[in-house]
Amino acid sequence: MATKAARIGEEVWKSRIDKINAEVVTLTYGTIVAQLCRDITVPNTVSKTDYNAVNKELDRMGYNMGLRLIEDFLAKSNTGQCSNFRETAEMISKVGFKVFMNITPTVSNWSKEADSFHLVFEDNPLADFVELPDDGRAQDELWYSNILCGVIRGALEMVQMQVEARFVSDVLRGDDTTEMRVTLIRIIEDEMPPDDE
Amino acid sequence: MNFHNALMKTCVNPEGLWCLRLCRTAIVGVLLEAKTANYIPIPPAKPFQSTLRYPSNRKTIYDRNLNRTKTTEISLASFAYLFNTLITYHHSKSSSVSEIESRLNRAGYPIGIKMLDLLLYRQPPRSATRPTRIVELLQFIHGTLWRALFSRSADALEKSTTKNNEYMIIDNEPLVNTYISIPKEMSQLNCAAFVGGIIEGMCDAAGFSTDGVSVHSAGEGDEMWPGKTIFLVKFKESVVEREEAIKASGG
Repeated sequence: MATKAARIGEEVWKSRIDKINAEVVTLTYGTIVAQLCRDITVPNTVSKTDYNAVNKELDRMGYNMGLRLIEDFLAKSNTGQCSNFRETAEMISKVGFKVFMNITPTVSNWSKEADSFHLVFEDNPLADFVELPDDGRAQDELWYSNILCGVIRGALEMVQMQVEARFVSDVLRGDDTTEMRVTLIRIIEDEMPPDDE
Repeated sequence: MNFHNALMKTCVNPEGLWCLRLCRTAIVGVLLEAKTANYIPIPPAKPFQSTLRYPSNRKTIYDRNLNRTKTTEISLASFAYLFNTLITYHHSKSSSVSEIESRLNRAGYPIGIKMLDLLLYRQPPRSATRPTRIVELLQFIHGTLWRALFSRSADALEKSTTKNNEYMIIDNEPLVNTYISIPKEMSQLNCAAFVGGIIEGMCDAAGFSTDGVSVHSAGEGDEMWPGKTIFLVKFKESVVEREEAIKASGG
C-alpha cells in the first residue's frame, strides 16, 4: 500500500506537473507571512505583531486554498476514494505533498484508535532560509508554515472528512523536527436538504 | 522625510524595523547632545543578545549552502495558489485597481533586493561582475534574474526613443499570470506588478534608483501573445547623469 502510493506520486510528479523553481515559492510565501506580520498587530499598538492572529489568518488562507486544491489533486492523481483513514494519510503524504511540493513527509505516531497521526517534514520548501524575528515572542507564538494546516483541513473537508490539523513542533522554533498532527474528528455524512412541503 | 522613506524601503522586514529604530534613536541622541551645555554622557549601548533557540544540532540557516536549493523544483500550481492568496489579500485591502498594483509592487520589492545579492553570489567565479552601467543592469535582469525565477530569459529589452531615462523589458507570457484571469471590471490590472516590484527592488539595491517600475499590458494589439506585458523602468535623473558622466570620461 505504501509503495503503491509512492509510485503514483512519483509518476504524476514526473509526467503531469508543470514545474517552477522552488525559490520563487519560498520567497512569495515569505512575502505573505511578512505582510501579515506587519498588518496584524495587537489591538491599540502600532507595530507589535499579534502572532496568534497571524496563525489563524494563515490557517484561513490555507483553508480557502485547500478547497480548490483538492479538485486539482483528484484530477491529477486519478485515484478513487480512500477506504480508511490510514489510506488517507498515505495519500496525503506520498501523493499529495509529492505532487504539489515535491516532498514526502513521513507518517508516524499513529494514535491507538487510528484516528490521528503525525506528519514529519524533513525539509520544508516554504521555510527554506527562514529565521523568525528575534523579538522574544515570535519563536513562542508563530507557526510559520501554518498555511499547510489550513490546506489539509480544507482539502479533507471537501472529501467528507472533518479533521483538525496543527503543528506540534517546528525547526524554526528550535525544535529538532517539524511535525504536524492531523486528527480525524468525524466523517461528514451527506445531509439531505430539509423538505419544504 | 526622504531619508526616512529610503530607510523604510530598504528595511521592510521585521528585523529591518529594529535597524530603523536603532538609527532613529542614534540620531535623536546626537541632537540632544548638541543642545545641552553640560552634557550627560549617554551610557554605552548594551550589546545585542540573541534570544533565538536553535535545534539541538546547532545548525542555523547561515550554515546552509546557498546553492542547495538552486535547482529544486516545485509545482507551478503551488505558486499559483500562493500568488492567488496574495492577490486576494491585497484586493480585500485596496479600494482601486492601481492600489492593488502598487501593493503587489511593494510585496515584490524586498524579493528584488535579496535576489540581487543571491544572483551575484551565484555567478561563475571567473566572470562575476557587478553591473555598473544601465545596460549591464538591464541585461542582468533580462537574462539572469528571469532565468533564475522563470527558467527562461525575458523576450525583449528596449530603450524608449522619446525619453532617455525609460527602458522597457518585455515578457510575452509572464509565468506569474498563467492561472490568473482578470474580471472585466478590473481589466487594467496586471498582476505582474509583483514582478515589477522585484525589478524595482533589484534596481534600487544595485544603486540605480528608479522612479518606479510600472506594468503595462500590450495584449490587445497582439493576437499572438494576449498576455504580453511591458515593464517600464524609469530611472531617476541622477542615474542618467551619472551614466553620461561615466561615458564622457571614457568608462
